Amino acid sequence: MERVPILKIGDILLVSIQVDMSDQTALQLQEDLAERIVATGSHGVIIDITALDIVDSFVGRMLSTIASISKVLDAETVVVGMRPAVAITLVELGLSLNGIRTALNVERGMELIAAARADDLGHSDGVDDAGDTDVETTASP
Amino acid sequence: MTAGIDLGQPQVQAIRSDEDVVRVRQLVRTAAVAAKLSLVDQTKVVTAASELARNTLVYGGGGSVEVATVDNGLRRGVRIVFADSGPGIADLELAFTDGYTTGSGLGLGLSGARRLVDEFAIDTGADRGTRVTVVKWAR
Amino acid sequence: MALNAEESGRFAAVLTDGAEKVTQRWTEAVAGSLRGRLSQAELRRQIEELHRALLTVGEQGPLDLDAEHAAELRAVLGELSRDRARQGFSATETAISVFALKDVLLEVLEARGGEGTLRDYVAFSGLIDQMGLFTFESYVRTRESLIADQAEQLLELSTPVVKLWEGVVAVPLVGTLDSARAQVVMERLLQTLVDTSSPYAIIDITGVPAVDTQVAQHILKTVVAARLMGADCIISGIRPQIAQTIVALGIEFGDIATKASLADALRHVLRLTGVETARRPRRES
Repeated sequence: MERVPILKIGDILLVSIQVDMSDQTALQLQEDLAERIVATGSHGVIIDITALDIVDSFVGRMLSTIASISKVLDAETVVVGMRPAVAITLVELGLSLNGIRTALNVERGMELIAAARADDLGHSDGVDDAGDTDVETTASP
Repeated sequence: MTAGIDLGQPQVQAIRSDEDVVRVRQLVRTAAVAAKLSLVDQTKVVTAASELARNTLVYGGGGSVEVATVDNGLRRGVRIVFADSGPGIADLELAFTDGYTTGSGLGLGLSGARRLVDEFAIDTGADRGTRVTVVKWAR
Repeated sequence: MALNAEESGRFAAVLTDGAEKVTQRWTEAVAGSLRGRLSQAELRRQIEELHRALLTVGEQGPLDLDAEHAAELRAVLGELSRDRARQGFSATETAISVFALKDVLLEVLEARGGEGTLRDYVAFSGLIDQMGLFTFESYVRTRESLIADQAEQLLELSTPVVKLWEGVVAVPLVGTLDSARAQVVMERLLQTLVDTSSPYAIIDITGVPAVDTQVAQHILKTVVAARLMGADCIISGIRPQIAQTIVALGIEFGDIATKASLADALRHVLRLTGVETARRPRRES
């Protein structure tokens, strides 16, 4: 079975899914990620799905679960790089990915996590967060 | 339903494991490209196939899929037939309700897949298993 | 309807004996119906090509349009129909190019006389009818693809997605939104968001004459899809009567931002992104 690699960049974990995952691979990623969040004490997780040409309900559920688990472990999850065709299909499928934050690309995902951290730490009234806090989307219909 | 002629021999794939679901997706993708479906339509039909293949595996206890490129004279399309010899679906209406599930999924498999394709037919019974036929036409 | 070997042989013989005269008469018969819209030389060339293709099939086996060795004949007929369709000839004017051969055959057969003339003529006619129908189908297919191409071009023309500001794109919708067009708009807009890395999109519906449930659904789906990708949509240009329709139909726009004009929408986005606009003094804390 293939395993999806998890990279650590600063205090962010970056997962770039490059393969057409089997359900087992997806579940394994879910477990691995929970362990790595605790092991590294990371406060942000970015899941890059630019390379995924489909997201079905199983992968959708995995993303939601990862977001919930990391929330419990005090880490913010952002899903980035969803392709237009995938987004259109998910809407038609009826999957809303509730509770998942999304961003257009890794860079914007990082901004989102930084802004969320700043909010958490009570620095949200700073001048430097203009343009960051509002980029966030909650991805609920 | 499914008027039209098959172009070439349909591809058959057994659905016995997780990896087979991945293979079904790849098979359907290839057929969708051959039928000249738009990128969005390719994505829709592959997603629907993924949901239905998982249903065949999880609820039907495994089975097989047949993927064919079809032509109805006006348009090309992809026809996919999922068949299993499982217990069948007792209450179809309930099974098509968004959010209803007997398993651990999101309950979007059947109803969601139906929204993603152009034609959808289901034949199910306790004595004969379940057979789902879907078609997606190129625009 | 296929000809058997003997009939094929006699058919080939009719075409070969005085081939020059056959094509000449055939061309004349067709020319009459086309009323000089195609040059005599061009028409002659087409007829000769058709004549040659028919003979080639006859040499290689029985005359049957569906046979494998008749591929070239089908290709020639297809080519002829496509040319006619593109040049704006009617279906009748296209099919007559094939059917005119019947008149010529009748003349030749009558001149020859002898037994079995009628039977041969009926058999030959069957083949020609089949060729005519094939021509007709090719013609229709060409016209359909022409129409589809034009519809697509029209879609391309009518759905521009423009970049308004750094990180802000807009799509001004003009005209009636049907399902196909809404889909194109949706895909184009979402792709532009990715290409330009823009987290904001403004959908301006000033030019949309009416909003029904279906159109509203398409717009809502676009907004939800954009959110899944990490971008926000603002809808602008909602005219009073459209606002009334939306409320009357019970369409929920939920938490989607709506603005009266494109300018308001842009100002709203700029304020969100922290860009200050001169007309409106800073009022945020």
